[in-house]
Amino acid sequence: MAAPRIDVRKTYKLYIGGAFPRSESGYSYTALDAKGRFVANAALASRKDARDAVVAARKAFGGWSGRTAYNRAQILYRVAEVLEDRRPQFALAVQQSEGLTPARANAVVDAAVDRLVWYAGWADKLTQVVGNANPVAGPFFNLSTPEPTGVVAVLAPQGSSLLGLVSVLAPVIVTGNTVVLVSSYARPLPAVNLAEVLATSDVPGGVVNILTGDAATVAPWLAAHLDVNAIDLAGVAGDTELATSLEVAAADNLKRVRRAPATEPDWAAAPDLTAMTDFVEIKTVWHPMGV
Amino acid sequence: MPALTSPGATGDLSDVTASDATLRRFLHGLPGVDQVGAEARAASLGTRSIKTTAKAQAIDLAIRMVDLTTLEGQDTPGKVRALASKAMRPDPTDATCPATAAVCVYPDLVGVAKQQLGDSGVNVAAVAAAVPRGRAPLDIKLADTRDAVAAGADEIDMVIDRGAFLTGRYLQVFEEIVAVRGACERPGGGEPAHLKVIFETGELQTYDNVRRASWLAMLAGAHFIKTSTGKVQPAATLPVTLVMLEAVRDYREATGQMVGVKPAGGIRTTKDAVKYLVMVNEVVGADWLDPDWFRFGASTLLNDLLMQRSKLATGRYSGPDYVTID
Repeated sequence: MAAPRIDVRKTYKLYIGGAFPRSESGYSYTALDAKGRFVANAALASRKDARDAVVAARKAFGGWSGRTAYNRAQILYRVAEVLEDRRPQFALAVQQSEGLTPARANAVVDAAVDRLVWYAGWADKLTQVVGNANPVAGPFFNLSTPEPTGVVAVLAPQGSSLLGLVSVLAPVIVTGNTVVLVSSYARPLPAVNLAEVLATSDVPGGVVNILTGDAATVAPWLAAHLDVNAIDLAGVAGDTELATSLEVAAADNLKRVRRAPATEPDWAAAPDLTAMTDFVEIKTVWHPMGV
Repeated sequence: MPALTSPGATGDLSDVTASDATLRRFLHGLPGVDQVGAEARAASLGTRSIKTTAKAQAIDLAIRMVDLTTLEGQDTPGKVRALASKAMRPDPTDATCPATAAVCVYPDLVGVAKQQLGDSGVNVAAVAAAVPRGRAPLDIKLADTRDAVAAGADEIDMVIDRGAFLTGRYLQVFEEIVAVRGACERPGGGEPAHLKVIFETGELQTYDNVRRASWLAMLAGAHFIKTSTGKVQPAATLPVTLVMLEAVRDYREATGQMVGVKPAGGIRTTKDAVKYLVMVNEVVGADWLDPDWFRFGASTLLNDLLMQRSKLATGRYSGPDYVTID
């Protein structure tokens, strides 16, 4: 009789600069499923991991923002394809993390793939919608175009661990920003799986950096970091005190802040453009006519 | 400074350079370097944790030790003036930030740097004697050096002829260093320019050669021994610097004279710099923890030191937007 097989108990790592390092602190924590059973260990990101992630994101910014919008669209579409290929893995992760039925979990993965495709399509269209050729009182072409803000810290939603995650991540990178993302604390598994998808789908290393851990300990460092240009506080929805302190810290270098909602929104609802336009800067160029 | 060791020891060393044969016998008689041991020792010293107040002291000391360097074909007087201003006042928002030790430029820009630095106490170092290749006739090297000294350079960084060294023509290398040191004298009298001798350790192949080159340069009267020009990879590494520190330590034991050490090239982060400082303290002792005896040849290191300094002072991470682009 064969001996019973020993479980492989996984300890996932962070995703920084295209690599999968352990947390600098050496700490990890236990991720449980919706019924309180062990799922896996996740790395507990520290402030130094956040610092390293910002350095990686800054390094990747020039290359990513310099790519053509068309190319960014292709890469985002590729992410959707790979995610689609890994459907069973993601459905299981969502099912475990969020306690959904298999059918509901599958629907969430569908929605996440569709959301990525939707944002991928916007890459080379946003400029037409929010940019403009302005009429001015002089012989000039006057053109306004959206430019990426820079390094954006994103606190991913605590509840919706895949659809919510994709809904805050995709609109930020599609315009050319790079991201340091702090995943849901209690439900890190879909974020860890998404890191593996990103690493194998043409997204340059450093464009998305994923930290699993507690937003309350990592986010203050990101909010105060002078080399972070904007922060999305979706992950601290409902925690007014923390959200306020993060906004105060972010004011130091005039970061753009996407404020925390009072409660986590319904991520299944159709998105609007503000998720993208909140993290772009409008650049206006004057060019003499006839030259 | 400790007293001279027995006259016999110094007597031995003066005989060493009498001929090519005695010099070779001496250099090849130096004990070999245990490569694995040196690398392990350097790695273990690199694991020390320097935090809070000790870190703040280390950062300020490292800033004071920086030879802020620009050695590009595209250097302009404007760039050198900007660099000199930065050397005098690295962090314009913080008057407590110390100045760097020196500005290091090509000889033709010494006058520009000198004019900008004035009597601020920041020295001008010039790379002379055909840096970075070191392959020019001696009279050209000497003329290069004299020009730099005449233009007001306080320090001269020369590079040895690695071809001659690797072929075993040690006396030729020795005599070149002696001659360049002579060219560091000021014609009208006054304090001669300090001489730093670059080995370009990335081209010396073995740690044994680094040890031999160190002794050779010290015997020839170098004030400083320096790892690299920064134009060859690998440049400064911890094990190479360890071997050189051991050489200056042994040289002081033999002669009572202190020689400075300058790792240059490839040191970019505060963490790297602190590792070097730990090594200096452990290998040669606190006497060398001074800009007179230990320097960093670097350009980007200073920005990282400033960002770390601001992090310690304000409690939040700084970024490259808040330091100059050099």
